[in-house]
Amino acid sequence: MAYFQFLIILLLSPLLNGFIKKLKAMMQGRVGPVLLQPYYDLIRLFSKEMVLSRVTSWIFKAAPFIVFASTLVASMMVPVITTDSSFGMMGDVIAFIYILAAGRFFMALAGLDAGTAFGGEGSSREMTVAILVEPMMMLCLFTAAISAGSTNIARIAETQRLLYSPSHILALSAFIVAIIAETGRIPVDNPDTHLELTMIHEGMILEYSGPHLALMEWAHYMKQMLLFTLTMDIFFPLGIATDTGLFSLAFSLVIFILKMLLMGFLMAWVESSRAKIRFFQLPSLLEGAFVLAFLSLLTYIMMGK
Amino acid sequence: MDPESYLYIIGTVFFLSGAIVSLSPVPRTKTFIYLLSFLGALCFLTFSLHLLFSPPQDLFSIPVSSFFEFAFRGDPLSGFFILVISLLASAVSIYSIGYAKDLKHQGLMGFLFNLFILSMFAVVLSGNVFTFLVSWETMSMVSYFLVTFDRDETSAKAGLIYAVMTHMGTAFIIVLFLILYKETGSMNFAEMKTHSAQIPDLLKHVIFVFSMIGFGTKAGIVPLHTWLPRAHPTAPSNISALMSGVMIKTGIYGFIRVVLDITGTGPEWWGIAVITIGAVSSVLGILYALMEHDIKRLLAYSSVENIGIILLGIGASMTFRSHGLFALSAIALTASLCHTLNHALFKGLLFLGSGSVMHAVHTRNMEEMGGLIKSMPYTGLFFLIGSVSICALPPFNGFVSEWMTYQSLLLGFESPSIVSKIVSPLGGAALALTGALAAACFVKAFGISFLGMPRSRHAGEARESSPFMTTAMGILAILCLLFGIFPGLVIRLASPVSFPLTGSTGLVSGLGFLRIDGSSTAISPAAILITMAVMLSATLVFFLALRRKRKTVYADSWDCGIPALTPRMQYTATAFSKPIRLIFKNIYLPRRDLKVSYLVKPFFVRSIRYSGEITPFFERYIYEPATGFIQRVAGKVRLLQSGSLHLYLGYILITLILLLLFGT
Repeated sequence: MAYFQFLIILLLSPLLNGFIKKLKAMMQGRVGPVLLQPYYDLIRLFSKEMVLSRVTSWIFKAAPFIVFASTLVASMMVPVITTDSSFGMMGDVIAFIYILAAGRFFMALAGLDAGTAFGGEGSSREMTVAILVEPMMMLCLFTAAISAGSTNIARIAETQRLLYSPSHILALSAFIVAIIAETGRIPVDNPDTHLELTMIHEGMILEYSGPHLALMEWAHYMKQMLLFTLTMDIFFPLGIATDTGLFSLAFSLVIFILKMLLMGFLMAWVESSRAKIRFFQLPSLLEGAFVLAFLSLLTYIMMGK
Repeated sequence: MDPESYLYIIGTVFFLSGAIVSLSPVPRTKTFIYLLSFLGALCFLTFSLHLLFSPPQDLFSIPVSSFFEFAFRGDPLSGFFILVISLLASAVSIYSIGYAKDLKHQGLMGFLFNLFILSMFAVVLSGNVFTFLVSWETMSMVSYFLVTFDRDETSAKAGLIYAVMTHMGTAFIIVLFLILYKETGSMNFAEMKTHSAQIPDLLKHVIFVFSMIGFGTKAGIVPLHTWLPRAHPTAPSNISALMSGVMIKTGIYGFIRVVLDITGTGPEWWGIAVITIGAVSSVLGILYALMEHDIKRLLAYSSVENIGIILLGIGASMTFRSHGLFALSAIALTASLCHTLNHALFKGLLFLGSGSVMHAVHTRNMEEMGGLIKSMPYTGLFFLIGSVSICALPPFNGFVSEWMTYQSLLLGFESPSIVSKIVSPLGGAALALTGALAAACFVKAFGISFLGMPRSRHAGEARESSPFMTTAMGILAILCLLFGIFPGLVIRLASPVSFPLTGSTGLVSGLGFLRIDGSSTAISPAAILITMAVMLSATLVFFLALRRKRKTVYADSWDCGIPALTPRMQYTATAFSKPIRLIFKNIYLPRRDLKVSYLVKPFFVRSIRYSGEITPFFERYIYEPATGFIQRVAGKVRLLQSGSLHLYLGYILITLILLLLFGT
């Protein structure tokens, strides 16, 4: 059963996105879409016809599958409700980051494939954001990995019981900035707009329609939930099961859902209370987070906690 | 002598006959040139496996005088580098059968090609200083002629810079060997190693610094890299592949041989210095690569980056060794050796791909390509595989070696000193930055040249290259995947080298997985590939089941309602890298020139001319002042050489008097 914990991410990730949207709407005094709206969107998209650009090549057709499948592979490597799964031996946290990077690589190629300026713009910006985010993210993960003595995600989750150590608080705050950027949320990117001057993620997938678009969107929901899960595994693993007993799994599932709601609330709060910043102001935000990540590493080395 | 040991003789005969056949005036023999070099490379490939798994052995020696002799000696370290060279050389030989047909001086190319590969083998097999220097110089000279093969102004200039830089490096190498000779009393590498304990510490530092400069020049570390992005692109593409794929690795070989093998363990700061140089080279190399829209220059700069990654591993290995952590040192050295092999494969593949593209489009400028994946499907696919590998995306080979490099840098925390505890994770962060920059760089390289609409007439009329060329690329692409899925294969090839140097292995590897010994840190690229395949097919089945009857409509790309999109409206390579240019403007120091002429100022514009460039920092602020200084000094010295015979006779007289005065 522990092998199928990735199904939680596959099936519940649209719900998490619906939850964030609903919460955001409530914070902004709107009614907002129903909680299940992302599912309706996916079903609608899957049943639509596809319009493909004549300019595109096989890369464009293959990209949604590669993006979706790579996100699935990444979600198999992450302990969702239990750390007792041998899929963890498939890859560690570095492999996890690089598998997600593979998805991004093909998404960016697909953006360039249709030969439009929007796609190219989206790809260029996405890769630029990745350049700023990835080293910072890695430093945060290094801090966790060094203190756990392993880069295996399950081992990190099992050994991190303390949230209060200074290095972890620093790394966590930097990591939150990283996942905001990675999931394309305000203040880095605006998930709700197709305004050509600001879009990043939406620019890349602008040419997609129908089932292809559904796969891309679903992969994006999954990636979001996946990064939340990773955050929890690494910085706040309290409550995650270490065996596959039915009771502990059920308990862990409840804890997991609560954690996701907490992350969702955090995202909705950040998105409602912040304005999107200009693209070229991003470096100062992300470099700030990089300094935090570096400080967390230094703190761990100097203080040993 | 084992029968396997004769393989190198047969191989050498193949290469020499290839070189001789090339000079023959009969045009029909031309097809055999590369067949011979292919066979020669295969012989050396088998021979390298023999060397890897047997104890060090003297191959043969020819005395030249009482003091000098040509001596060749093989051990696992040279075996590993022969493996790297011969793997790439065999693929490039197949490629050259198709590629060299359209070159101007086919015979000359065949001659130099064979000698070039042979000289690289000679470098790594040299058993003493004399042999090494002769082979090293032969390699440099032959590659100089290959860089200037096109005989135009740019290649002449590139060749000149290459020749000057490489000889500057050689000068340092000669000095360091002289120091070694003076201290150990031997010209022989094996004897030098046994007597290396006699070398005083200060001189060891000098040897380290000199080999960093001397071999670093050949390897292309920053700031000694400036020849590399000039020389590699001007050579014909099959040669660029060899130069970037394997020739620069002879610098790495020399460094490992002199510093790790002969000199032995050094203080901690050596390792830290190598990590720092590696980090700087990798980040700056890929940053400059991102700004290029000349596809071969982009690849050449990316070689600087990869040399940096290799040095990160070597540096970590040296740091661990200075602290006596031999298992960790072995992991780091294995990582760098694996990256050496992997980089040879994917960089060779990418240069061959760029050659195939240039063959079709007749330009190196990416802004004039586009849409090539449709007209050149195989080249496109293989170039994509090369790009994915170089970006270290699983399950291709770049990922395995970068993963090991990450691990060895992370393990730096286990060393007792605070400096390596801080420097190694920072090296890891630099590697992460490099990885992200490389991904951006190769999205640009592949996306702009192969995707979208053709940006020029030539790109629209492109045709797929000859089957020889695509086959060679296909072989390298398959190797990239194989070495990616089966890391155990590469580890087995690298561990005979790292074991004698560090006395440990530190890695547990099976066919499809890799684990740090005594830790739960592991990856299994084979499992990743299988899961990926399962997931892809599941997604595909799901997708097809859902959209049974729905048809697919083909239409134009979204054009905001204007009449039609033209290729000129696509995102360009320059535009793609613009955000990065602005974010890293303190490194690039970009300059832009905007000339606007108006009909009625400021409303009606007649024409706009825009030009932008980044400042080549090292060329402008280090090399240009240095050359200027040397030229000024040379101008002063010239006064001595007035051309007047009387003055020269005067010099002789003065010298004679001085000798008489002081000689007694």
